[in-house]
Amino acid sequence: MEKPSASLWRKIKARYNLIGNECKNCGTRYFPPRIVCRKCGRKSKMSDFKFNGDGEIVSFTKISVPPDTFKDEAPYFVGVVKLAEGPQVEGHIIDNGGKIAIGTKVRAAFRKMYVDGDEGLIYYHYKFEPV
Amino acid sequence: MYVREVAVIGVGLSRFGERWDAGLKELMAEAGLHAIEDAKITSDDVEMIYGGTMASGSFTGQEHVAALMSDQLGFKNVPAVRIENACASGGSALRLGYIAVASGIHDIVVVGGVEKMTDVTSSEATSALGGAGDQEWELFQGITFPGLYAMMARRHMHDYGTTEEQLASVAVKNHDNAFKNKYAQFHKKLTIDEVINSKMVADPLKLLDCSPISDGAAALVLAPLETARKYNDTPIKILASEQASDTLRLAERDSLTGIKATSIAAQKAYKHAKVSANDIDLAEVHDCFTIAEIMAMEDLGFYKKGEAGKAVADGETTLQSKLAINTSGGLKGCGHPVGATGVKQAVEVVWQLRGQAEGRQVKDAEIGLTHNVGGSGATAVVHIFGRSN
Repeated sequence: MEKPSASLWRKIKARYNLIGNECKNCGTRYFPPRIVCRKCGRKSKMSDFKFNGDGEIVSFTKISVPPDTFKDEAPYFVGVVKLAEGPQVEGHIIDNGGKIAIGTKVRAAFRKMYVDGDEGLIYYHYKFEPV
Repeated sequence: MYVREVAVIGVGLSRFGERWDAGLKELMAEAGLHAIEDAKITSDDVEMIYGGTMASGSFTGQEHVAALMSDQLGFKNVPAVRIENACASGGSALRLGYIAVASGIHDIVVVGGVEKMTDVTSSEATSALGGAGDQEWELFQGITFPGLYAMMARRHMHDYGTTEEQLASVAVKNHDNAFKNKYAQFHKKLTIDEVINSKMVADPLKLLDCSPISDGAAALVLAPLETARKYNDTPIKILASEQASDTLRLAERDSLTGIKATSIAAQKAYKHAKVSANDIDLAEVHDCFTIAEIMAMEDLGFYKKGEAGKAVADGETTLQSKLAINTSGGLKGCGHPVGATGVKQAVEVVWQLRGQAEGRQVKDAEIGLTHNVGGSGATAVVHIFGRSN
């Protein structure tokens, strides 16, 4: 977690809007976006793809011991979500009332992730909430 | 090109644990000098050193660790290369040492591994270790390493009915073994209840499902098998050295309930060594979390998918079993100084195959295996060792 702000802003298109990409050569979709298609290598033709955010929980956990940056947020739920439009992604899972399970349908939402100290940046990110 | 067979002629270990008395240099010297002495060589005989360490910069501020090892061990201006491959740094360093000797480029090669982790706070250590995954998309979102393995555990429990008690039985067994190992971090036996009632880290993994933060170092001396007896009466032959990689991100892999890189490396290793999983007498596997040992038992082909949890709980992998797993105490009981772990696993297997494992000797051990994982499975290294008589 050396320089989170630079990493956030560089990937803001993906982090805020769930924009990944699709290889026009083979049709495989990726989130986060990849520079090169894993299947096609140098023949890949990558093009932006905005995911609708619908998905299903593949697995999840409640993090009780967080890294420093998330110390004010713990405990929080994170999961692996299989998007209806293709790839599996990691993300926070919110508003669950402790009732989420493997197979729960979720949808991506734009949410605050954490605040960098009292006067620092506010980090926003996609998160998943049960439908 | 593979031109000749390779043997381990010397091994050494530092004591693992919270070593307030020792920094990087002291740990490396403790392990390295034992290995040199054990091989009955002098510092002048060494032609090359590979040093495994994951995050010495984050933990201590010190980089350039392989040259430092060479410097501290008194080697004479030999090439020294640091290997960083997350928690598989040690196993990866061993594989490169093996390649250097097998190819005929060098005769006597030292492989070291070290990590000094306890000079920083545990949250600083958590962040440093988080770099083994995809920093931008996993750690950035607050997904810790226990969090990644917790998601694998949850899915394994869902798909195969693996239980929290079965996970806990891995920790109990490995602490039993560590109790008999004077180098181990923990000399305290555990009960299933103690593991299950320990503090929650990332549900379903509790504190006692997790390997500790540790200081430690390990070293090996490698030589061509054809001349190994010149140095050592009981050289241990490296029957195979294989490695595979996969995506850094857990979510992108084919399966959450196994580590594909482990299966690939293991199948190649069995083929090269001309043995099968059934022939292995003991294995040091990468139990960074209890679920990791269960997945390793399945991915290495010792058990069918979904059957390893029950096997551990039923006591099928103790020191007295046909297949003994983590005789040293594993990462859980012996400690997990990340860069040292892959080398330490080989040290334990060599001791077992020589019959020098003191209070935890496996009877008639002929063939041993080591399994070292980086990150949540982006790297896996498998070595197979055999007695050379």
